Amino acid sequence: MTPKLLPIIEHAIKKPIWDCRMCGQCVLHSTGMTCPMTCPKTLRNGPCGGVRENGNCEVKPEMQCVWVKAYERKESLPLPKAWREHFDDLRPPVDMQLKGTSSWANLLTKRDQQVPKGWKADATASNSK
Amino acid sequence: MMSRLRDVLENSNDRVFTAEFPTIDGAGMARVISQVQRLMPWFDAVNTTDNPAAHAHASNISVAIAVKAQGLEPIMQIACRDKNRLAIQADMMGAALHGIENLSLMTGDDVTAGDEPESRRVFDLDSAQAISVADSLNRGVYLSGRTIKPPTNFYIGAVENAAAPPLEYRVQRALKKQSAGARYLQLQICYHSVRLEEFCQGAAKAVPTLHLLPTIVLLKGARQLKFMNDKVPGIDVPASIIERVEKSSDQNEAAYQLALEQAQHALALPGVRGLHIADFRHDDTLVRLMKDLGRTARNINQTSALSAR
Repeated sequence: MTPKLLPIIEHAIKKPIWDCRMCGQCVLHSTGMTCPMTCPKTLRNGPCGGVRENGNCEVKPEMQCVWVKAYERKESLPLPKAWREHFDDLRPPVDMQLKGTSSWANLLTKRDQQVPKGWKADATASNSK
Repeated sequence: MMSRLRDVLENSNDRVFTAEFPTIDGAGMARVISQVQRLMPWFDAVNTTDNPAAHAHASNISVAIAVKAQGLEPIMQIACRDKNRLAIQADMMGAALHGIENLSLMTGDDVTAGDEPESRRVFDLDSAQAISVADSLNRGVYLSGRTIKPPTNFYIGAVENAAAPPLEYRVQRALKKQSAGARYLQLQICYHSVRLEEFCQGAAKAVPTLHLLPTIVLLKGARQLKFMNDKVPGIDVPASIIERVEKSSDQNEAAYQLALEQAQHALALPGVRGLHIADFRHDDTLVRLMKDLGRTARNINQTSALSAR
Protein backbone atom coordinates (compact mmCIF):
# COMPACT_ATOMS: atom_id res chain seq x y z
CA MET A 1 0.00 0.00 0.00
CA THR A 2 1.40 3.36 -0.93
CA PRO A 3 1.95 5.90 1.85
CA LYS A 4 -0.43 8.24 0.04
CA LEU A 5 -3.32 5.78 0.05
CA LEU A 6 -3.20 4.80 3.71
CA PRO A 7 -4.29 8.17 5.18
CA ILE A 8 -7.20 8.25 2.74
CA ILE A 9 -8.39 4.80 3.80
CA GLU A 10 -7.92 5.62 7.48
CA HIS A 11 -9.89 8.84 7.13
CA ALA A 12 -12.66 7.10 5.17
CA ILE A 13 -13.12 4.66 8.05
CA LYS A 14 -12.55 6.90 11.07
CA LYS A 15 -14.28 10.08 9.92
CA PRO A 16 -17.83 8.66 9.84
CA ILE A 17 -17.41 6.77 13.12
CA TRP A 18 -15.36 9.15 15.27
CA ASP A 19 -15.31 12.38 13.28
CA CYS A 20 -11.55 11.79 12.95
CA ARG A 21 -9.46 14.93 12.39
CA MET A 22 -6.35 13.05 11.18
CA CYS A 23 -4.02 14.31 13.89
CA GLY A 24 -1.80 11.34 13.06
CA GLN A 25 -1.31 10.39 16.73
CA CYS A 26 -4.49 8.60 17.64
CA VAL A 27 -5.36 8.20 21.34
CA LEU A 28 -8.97 7.02 20.89
CA HIS A 29 -8.35 3.76 22.73
CA SER A 30 -7.39 5.64 25.92
CA THR A 31 -10.17 8.23 25.75
CA GLY A 32 -13.25 6.00 25.80
CA MET A 33 -13.21 5.80 21.97
CA THR A 34 -14.04 9.53 21.90
CA CYS A 35 -11.78 11.76 19.82
CA PRO A 36 -10.32 14.64 21.88
CA MET A 37 -9.51 16.52 18.68
CA THR A 38 -13.26 17.10 18.27
CA CYS A 39 -13.14 19.25 21.43
CA PRO A 40 -13.17 22.87 20.13
CA LYS A 41 -10.13 23.51 22.34
CA THR A 42 -8.53 20.20 21.22
CA LEU A 43 -7.89 19.29 24.86
CA ARG A 44 -6.17 15.94 25.22
CA ASN A 45 -5.91 15.84 29.00
CA GLY A 46 -9.47 16.17 30.23
CA PRO A 47 -12.33 18.66 30.27
CA CYS A 48 -11.89 22.40 30.72
CA GLY A 49 -13.70 24.33 33.45
CA GLY A 50 -16.30 25.68 31.04
CA VAL A 51 -18.51 22.59 30.81
CA ARG A 52 -22.18 23.54 31.14
CA GLU A 53 -24.45 22.33 33.91
CA ASN A 54 -26.14 19.91 31.45
CA GLY A 55 -22.75 18.45 30.46
CA ASN A 56 -22.59 20.27 27.14
CA CYS A 57 -19.74 22.19 25.58
CA GLU A 58 -18.93 25.81 26.47
CA VAL A 59 -18.23 26.61 22.81
CA LYS A 60 -20.97 24.54 21.13
CA PRO A 61 -23.96 24.55 23.48
CA GLU A 62 -25.78 21.90 21.46
CA MET A 63 -22.90 19.39 21.69
CA GLN A 64 -22.15 17.14 24.64
CA CYS A 65 -18.70 17.88 26.10
CA VAL A 66 -16.22 15.52 24.47
CA TRP A 67 -14.71 14.67 27.86
CA VAL A 68 -18.07 14.10 29.55
CA LYS A 69 -18.76 11.64 26.76
CA ALA A 70 -15.29 10.11 27.00
CA TYR A 71 -15.61 9.65 30.75
CA GLU A 72 -19.00 7.94 30.39
CA ARG A 73 -17.90 5.72 27.52
CA LYS A 74 -14.68 4.71 29.26
CA GLU A 75 -16.92 2.91 31.75
CA SER A 76 -19.86 1.88 29.56
CA LEU A 77 -18.04 0.48 26.51
CA PRO A 78 -16.59 -3.05 26.67
CA LEU A 79 -13.00 -1.83 26.45
CA PRO A 80 -9.90 -3.78 27.47
CA LYS A 81 -8.82 -2.97 31.04
CA ALA A 82 -5.45 -1.71 29.80
CA TRP A 83 -7.15 0.89 27.63
CA ARG A 84 -9.22 2.14 30.57
CA GLU A 85 -6.11 2.41 32.69
CA HIS A 86 -4.58 4.83 30.21
CA PHE A 87 -7.46 7.29 30.58
CA ASP A 88 -5.54 9.43 33.08
CA ASP A 89 -2.25 9.45 31.18
CA LEU A 90 -0.61 12.84 30.77
CA ARG A 91 -0.69 13.13 26.98
CA PRO A 92 2.05 15.22 25.38
CA PRO A 93 1.33 18.26 23.20
CA VAL A 94 0.10 17.40 19.70
CA ASP A 95 2.89 17.01 17.16
CA MET A 96 1.64 19.27 14.39
CA GLN A 97 4.05 17.65 11.93
CA LEU A 98 1.91 14.52 11.95
CA LYS A 99 -1.32 16.23 10.93
CA GLY A 100 -2.82 14.51 7.90
CA THR A 101 -0.62 11.44 8.16
CA SER A 102 -1.83 7.94 8.97
CA SER A 103 -1.84 7.20 12.69
CA TRP A 104 -1.80 3.49 11.80
CA ALA A 105 1.52 3.92 10.01
CA ASN A 106 2.80 6.12 12.85
CA LEU A 107 1.80 3.45 15.35
CA LEU A 108 3.69 0.75 13.47
CA THR A 109 6.82 2.86 13.06
CA LYS A 110 6.44 4.21 16.64
CA ARG A 111 6.69 7.70 15.19
CA ASP A 112 3.65 8.60 17.33
CA GLN A 113 5.66 7.78 20.46
CA GLN A 114 8.26 10.46 19.77
CA VAL A 115 8.01 13.37 22.16
CA PRO A 116 10.14 16.51 22.48
CA LYS A 117 13.34 15.94 24.48
CA GLY A 118 12.21 18.29 27.24
CA TRP A 119 8.92 16.47 27.76
CA LYS A 120 8.97 14.49 31.01
CA ALA A 121 8.96 10.82 30.11
CA ASP A 122 7.59 9.56 33.41
CA ALA A 123 5.09 12.40 33.89
CA THR A 124 6.32 12.76 37.46
CA ALA A 125 6.94 16.31 38.54
CA SER A 126 10.32 17.40 39.78
CA ASN A 127 10.23 18.45 43.37
CA SER A 128 9.87 22.11 42.52
CA LYS A 129 9.28 23.08 46.08
CA MET B 1 14.61 35.58 47.05
CA MET B 2 11.61 33.37 47.60
CA SER B 3 8.02 33.76 46.63
CA ARG B 4 5.98 34.77 49.63
CA LEU B 5 3.15 32.59 48.36
CA ARG B 6 5.41 29.54 48.33
CA ASP B 7 6.91 30.43 51.69
CA VAL B 8 3.56 30.72 53.46
CA LEU B 9 1.97 27.70 51.77
CA GLU B 10 4.93 25.34 52.05
CA ASN B 11 6.59 26.48 55.27
CA SER B 12 3.74 27.50 57.53
CA ASN B 13 0.16 26.72 58.38
CA ASP B 14 -0.91 30.31 57.93
CA ARG B 15 -3.78 31.19 55.67
CA VAL B 16 -3.09 32.65 52.28
CA PHE B 17 -5.24 35.26 50.58
CA THR B 18 -4.80 36.02 46.90
CA ALA B 19 -6.85 38.39 44.76
CA GLU B 20 -7.66 38.88 41.13
CA PHE B 21 -5.78 42.02 40.09
CA PRO B 22 -8.13 44.30 38.10
CA THR B 23 -7.59 44.43 34.36
CA ILE B 24 -5.72 47.46 33.02
CA ASP B 25 -7.04 49.33 30.00
CA GLY B 26 -5.12 52.56 29.83
CA ALA B 27 -1.67 53.93 29.30
CA GLY B 28 0.52 54.83 32.25
CA MET B 29 0.93 53.35 35.71
CA ALA B 30 -1.67 55.35 37.66
CA ARG B 31 -4.31 52.64 37.86
CA VAL B 32 -1.79 49.92 38.67
CA ILE B 33 -0.43 52.01 41.53
CA SER B 34 -3.84 52.81 43.01
CA GLN B 35 -4.94 49.16 42.81
CA VAL B 36 -1.69 47.93 44.37
CA GLN B 37 -2.20 50.34 47.27
CA ARG B 38 -5.72 49.06 47.74
CA LEU B 39 -4.84 45.36 47.68
CA MET B 40 -1.36 45.22 49.20
CA PRO B 41 -2.34 45.44 52.89
CA TRP B 42 -4.65 42.43 52.63
CA PHE B 43 -3.23 40.00 50.11
CA ASP B 44 -0.17 37.79 49.92
CA ALA B 45 -0.17 37.86 46.13
CA VAL B 46 -2.39 38.90 43.24
CA ASN B 47 -3.22 37.20 39.94
CA THR B 48 -2.23 39.26 36.94
CA THR B 49 -4.71 37.89 34.47
CA ASP B 50 -4.22 36.77 30.87
CA ASN B 51 -7.01 38.31 28.78
CA PRO B 52 -9.73 37.13 31.18
CA ALA B 53 -13.04 36.11 29.63
CA ALA B 54 -11.29 36.39 26.25
CA HIS B 55 -11.16 40.19 26.31
CA ALA B 56 -7.88 41.93 25.45
CA HIS B 57 -6.26 43.94 28.27
CA ALA B 58 -2.74 44.96 29.29
CA SER B 59 -0.78 41.70 29.17
CA ASN B 60 -0.29 39.26 32.04
CA ILE B 61 3.48 39.71 32.06
CA SER B 62 3.48 43.52 31.82
CA VAL B 63 1.09 43.85 34.74
CA ALA B 64 3.04 41.25 36.72
CA ILE B 65 6.24 43.27 36.26
CA ALA B 66 4.45 46.51 37.18
CA VAL B 67 2.81 45.04 40.29
CA LYS B 68 6.09 43.53 41.45
CA ALA B 69 7.89 46.85 40.97
CA GLN B 70 5.30 48.37 43.32
CA GLY B 71 6.13 45.81 46.00
CA LEU B 72 3.16 43.44 45.63
CA GLU B 73 3.80 39.84 44.69
CA PRO B 74 2.31 38.73 41.36
CA ILE B 75 0.95 35.35 40.35
CA MET B 76 1.28 35.36 36.60
CA GLN B 77 -1.72 33.74 35.01
CA ILE B 78 -1.26 32.05 31.66
CA ALA B 79 -4.20 30.86 29.58
CA CYS B 80 -3.64 28.47 26.68
CA ARG B 81 -6.10 30.22 24.37
CA ASP B 82 -3.99 32.95 22.78
CA LYS B 83 -0.45 31.70 22.37
CA ASN B 84 1.37 28.65 21.07
CA ARG B 85 4.01 26.69 22.97
CA LEU B 86 6.86 28.89 21.77
CA ALA B 87 5.18 32.09 22.97
CA ILE B 88 4.12 30.55 26.28
CA GLN B 89 7.66 29.37 27.02
CA ALA B 90 9.00 32.80 26.02
CA ASP B 91 6.58 34.47 28.44
CA MET B 92 7.59 32.07 31.20
CA MET B 93 11.29 32.78 30.60
CA GLY B 94 10.59 36.51 30.45
CA ALA B 95 8.75 36.31 33.73
CA ALA B 96 11.65 34.43 35.31
CA LEU B 97 14.01 37.11 34.01
CA HIS B 98 12.02 39.66 36.02
CA GLY B 99 12.00 37.51 39.15
CA ILE B 100 8.38 36.45 38.82
CA GLU B 101 8.02 33.03 40.42
CA ASN B 102 4.33 32.29 40.88
CA LEU B 103 2.38 30.91 37.96
CA SER B 104 -1.28 30.01 37.61
CA LEU B 105 -1.83 27.97 34.46
CA MET B 106 -5.22 27.38 32.90
CA THR B 107 -6.98 26.37 29.70
CA GLY B 108 -8.80 29.70 29.43
CA ASP B 109 -12.29 30.63 28.30
CA ASP B 110 -12.93 30.15 24.61
CA VAL B 111 -12.65 33.15 22.27
CA THR B 112 -16.44 32.98 21.85
CA ALA B 113 -16.80 34.11 25.50
CA GLY B 114 -15.17 37.44 24.65
CA ASP B 115 -15.76 40.56 22.58
CA GLU B 116 -13.71 39.35 19.61
CA PRO B 117 -15.24 35.93 18.92
CA GLU B 118 -13.89 36.03 15.38
CA SER B 119 -10.35 35.49 16.74
CA ARG B 120 -8.34 32.35 16.04
CA ARG B 121 -8.25 30.10 19.09
CA VAL B 122 -4.84 28.54 19.75
CA PHE B 123 -4.83 25.93 22.56
CA ASP B 124 -1.52 24.56 21.25
CA LEU B 125 -0.91 23.33 24.81
CA ASP B 126 -3.62 22.37 27.27
CA SER B 127 -3.39 23.30 30.94
CA ALA B 128 -1.84 20.01 32.09
CA GLN B 129 0.77 20.26 29.34
CA ALA B 130 1.51 23.91 30.20
CA ILE B 131 2.09 22.86 33.83
CA SER B 132 4.44 20.13 32.66
CA VAL B 133 6.32 22.61 30.44
CA ALA B 134 6.76 25.04 33.37
CA ASP B 135 8.07 22.12 35.42
CA SER B 136 10.54 21.31 32.62
CA LEU B 137 11.84 24.90 32.77
CA ASN B 138 12.34 24.35 36.50
CA ARG B 139 14.41 21.28 35.61
CA GLY B 140 16.56 23.43 33.31
CA VAL B 141 15.23 22.60 29.85
CA TYR B 142 12.83 23.99 27.30
CA LEU B 143 10.30 21.60 25.82
CA SER B 144 12.76 21.02 22.97
CA GLY B 145 15.37 19.86 25.45
CA ARG B 146 17.56 22.97 24.98
CA THR B 147 19.31 23.95 28.22
CA ILE B 148 18.35 26.86 30.47
CA LYS B 149 21.00 28.23 32.82
CA PRO B 150 20.16 28.81 35.58
CA PRO B 151 16.85 26.95 35.63
CA THR B 152 13.68 28.81 36.53
CA ASN B 153 12.29 28.65 40.04
CA PHE B 154 8.58 28.69 39.39
CA TYR B 155 6.02 27.98 42.04
CA ILE B 156 3.46 26.38 39.79
CA GLY B 157 -0.26 26.66 40.36
CA ALA B 158 -3.30 25.62 38.40
CA VAL B 159 -7.06 25.97 38.54
CA GLU B 160 -10.00 23.61 38.75
CA ASN B 161 -13.75 23.99 38.59
CA ALA B 162 -15.24 21.73 41.26
CA ALA B 163 -18.78 22.43 40.07
CA ALA B 164 -18.52 21.56 36.36
CA PRO B 165 -19.34 18.15 34.89
CA PRO B 166 -18.08 15.47 34.87
CA LEU B 167 -18.16 16.05 38.64
CA GLU B 168 -16.78 12.62 39.55
CA TYR B 169 -13.73 13.26 37.39
CA ARG B 170 -12.70 16.67 38.73
CA VAL B 171 -10.54 15.35 41.57
CA GLN B 172 -8.75 13.01 39.17
CA ARG B 173 -8.07 15.92 36.84
CA ALA B 174 -6.69 17.97 39.72
CA LEU B 175 -4.36 15.09 40.57
CA LYS B 176 -3.17 14.97 36.99
CA LYS B 177 -2.22 18.64 37.28
CA GLN B 178 -0.52 17.97 40.59
CA SER B 179 1.56 15.14 39.17
CA ALA B 180 2.46 17.38 36.21
CA GLY B 181 3.93 19.93 38.64
CA ALA B 182 1.19 22.03 40.25
CA ARG B 183 1.58 22.72 43.96
CA TYR B 184 -1.59 24.73 44.57
CA LEU B 185 -4.99 25.08 42.95
CA GLN B 186 -7.09 28.20 42.73
CA LEU B 187 -10.63 26.88 42.50
CA GLN B 188 -13.29 28.52 40.38
CA ILE B 189 -16.13 30.22 42.28
CA CYS B 190 -18.57 27.49 43.27
CA TYR B 191 -22.22 28.13 44.12
CA HIS B 192 -22.85 24.46 44.92
CA SER B 193 -21.47 24.04 48.44
CA VAL B 194 -21.81 20.24 48.41
CA ARG B 195 -19.78 19.96 45.20
CA LEU B 196 -17.03 22.12 46.70
CA GLU B 197 -17.03 19.97 49.85
CA GLU B 198 -16.78 16.75 47.88
CA PHE B 199 -14.01 18.08 45.69
CA CYS B 200 -11.91 19.35 48.61
CA GLN B 201 -12.40 16.14 50.56
CA GLY B 202 -11.38 14.06 47.54
CA ALA B 203 -8.35 16.17 46.68
CA ALA B 204 -7.14 16.46 50.28
CA LYS B 205 -7.46 12.73 50.76
CA ALA B 206 -5.54 11.87 47.59
CA VAL B 207 -2.80 14.52 47.89
CA PRO B 208 -2.64 16.15 51.34
CA THR B 209 0.20 18.44 50.17
CA LEU B 210 -1.86 20.07 47.42
CA HIS B 211 -2.97 23.51 48.64
CA LEU B 212 -6.48 24.60 47.74
CA LEU B 213 -7.58 28.23 47.39
CA PRO B 214 -11.30 28.43 46.55
CA THR B 215 -12.48 31.63 44.87
CA ILE B 216 -14.98 33.98 46.45
CA VAL B 217 -16.58 36.63 44.27
CA LEU B 218 -17.90 39.90 45.66
CA LEU B 219 -20.98 40.95 43.70
CA LYS B 220 -23.53 43.73 44.10
CA GLY B 221 -26.78 41.82 43.78
CA ALA B 222 -29.04 39.43 41.91
CA ARG B 223 -28.39 41.03 38.52
CA GLN B 224 -24.67 40.20 38.73
CA LEU B 225 -25.45 36.70 40.00
CA LYS B 226 -27.67 36.14 36.96
CA PHE B 227 -24.90 37.45 34.74
CA MET B 228 -22.48 34.93 36.27
CA ASN B 229 -24.99 32.16 35.69
CA ASP B 230 -25.81 33.16 32.10
CA LYS B 231 -22.54 34.46 30.73
CA VAL B 232 -19.56 33.05 32.59
CA PRO B 233 -18.54 29.65 31.21
CA GLY B 234 -18.73 26.82 33.73
CA ILE B 235 -20.59 28.79 36.42
CA ASP B 236 -24.01 27.61 37.54
CA VAL B 237 -25.82 29.64 40.18
CA PRO B 238 -28.80 27.75 41.63
CA ALA B 239 -32.11 29.62 41.35
CA SER B 240 -32.55 29.45 45.13
CA ILE B 241 -29.39 31.52 45.64
CA ILE B 242 -30.39 34.16 43.09
CA GLU B 243 -33.85 34.30 44.67
CA ARG B 244 -32.46 34.74 48.15
CA VAL B 245 -30.55 37.84 47.09
CA GLU B 246 -33.26 39.12 44.76
CA LYS B 247 -36.01 39.00 47.36
CA SER B 248 -33.96 40.66 50.06
CA SER B 249 -34.84 44.24 51.02
CA ASP B 250 -31.15 45.14 50.74
CA GLN B 251 -29.58 43.27 47.80
CA ASN B 252 -26.18 44.80 48.39
CA GLU B 253 -26.07 43.48 51.93
CA ALA B 254 -27.57 40.11 50.99
CA ALA B 255 -24.93 39.63 48.28
CA TYR B 256 -22.21 40.48 50.78
CA GLN B 257 -23.59 38.03 53.35
CA LEU B 258 -23.67 35.33 50.68
CA ALA B 259 -19.98 35.90 49.92
CA LEU B 260 -19.09 35.91 53.62
CA GLU B 261 -20.93 32.63 54.18
CA GLN B 262 -19.22 31.07 51.17
CA ALA B 263 -15.84 32.24 52.46
CA GLN B 264 -16.38 30.84 55.94
CA HIS B 265 -17.69 27.58 54.55
CA ALA B 266 -14.74 27.18 52.17
CA LEU B 267 -12.11 27.97 54.81
CA ALA B 268 -13.38 25.10 56.97
CA LEU B 269 -12.93 22.46 54.24
CA PRO B 270 -10.05 19.96 54.13
CA GLY B 271 -7.02 21.00 52.08
CA VAL B 272 -8.14 24.61 51.96
CA ARG B 273 -5.31 26.95 52.90
CA GLY B 274 -6.92 30.26 52.07
CA LEU B 275 -9.02 32.06 49.52
CA HIS B 276 -8.78 33.77 46.18
CA ILE B 277 -10.95 36.90 46.01
CA ALA B 278 -12.43 38.49 42.91
CA ASP B 279 -14.02 41.85 43.63
CA PHE B 280 -16.67 43.07 41.20
CA ARG B 281 -18.18 45.54 43.68
CA HIS B 282 -15.24 47.89 43.98
CA ASP B 283 -16.56 49.24 47.28
CA ASP B 284 -15.59 48.96 50.94
CA THR B 285 -16.79 45.35 51.27
CA LEU B 286 -13.40 43.99 50.21
CA VAL B 287 -11.89 45.33 53.42
CA ARG B 288 -15.02 44.36 55.36
CA LEU B 289 -14.71 40.77 54.15
CA MET B 290 -11.07 40.59 55.14
CA LYS B 291 -11.87 41.95 58.61
CA ASP B 292 -14.88 39.66 59.04
CA LEU B 293 -12.60 36.72 58.26
CA GLY B 294 -10.22 37.83 61.00
CA ARG B 295 -7.51 39.12 58.70
CA THR B 296 -5.42 42.05 59.86
CA ALA B 297 -3.86 44.50 57.45
CA ARG B 298 -0.19 44.00 56.81
CA ASN B 299 2.17 46.84 57.48
CA ILE B 300 3.14 47.99 54.02
CA ASN B 301 6.65 49.10 54.98
CA GLN B 302 7.25 45.63 56.34
CA THR B 303 5.90 44.17 53.12
CA SER B 304 8.29 46.20 51.01
CA ALA B 305 11.18 45.06 53.14
CA LEU B 306 10.06 41.47 52.69
CA SER B 307 9.76 41.73 48.93
CA ALA B 308 13.18 43.37 48.71
CA ARG B 309 14.74 40.52 50.62
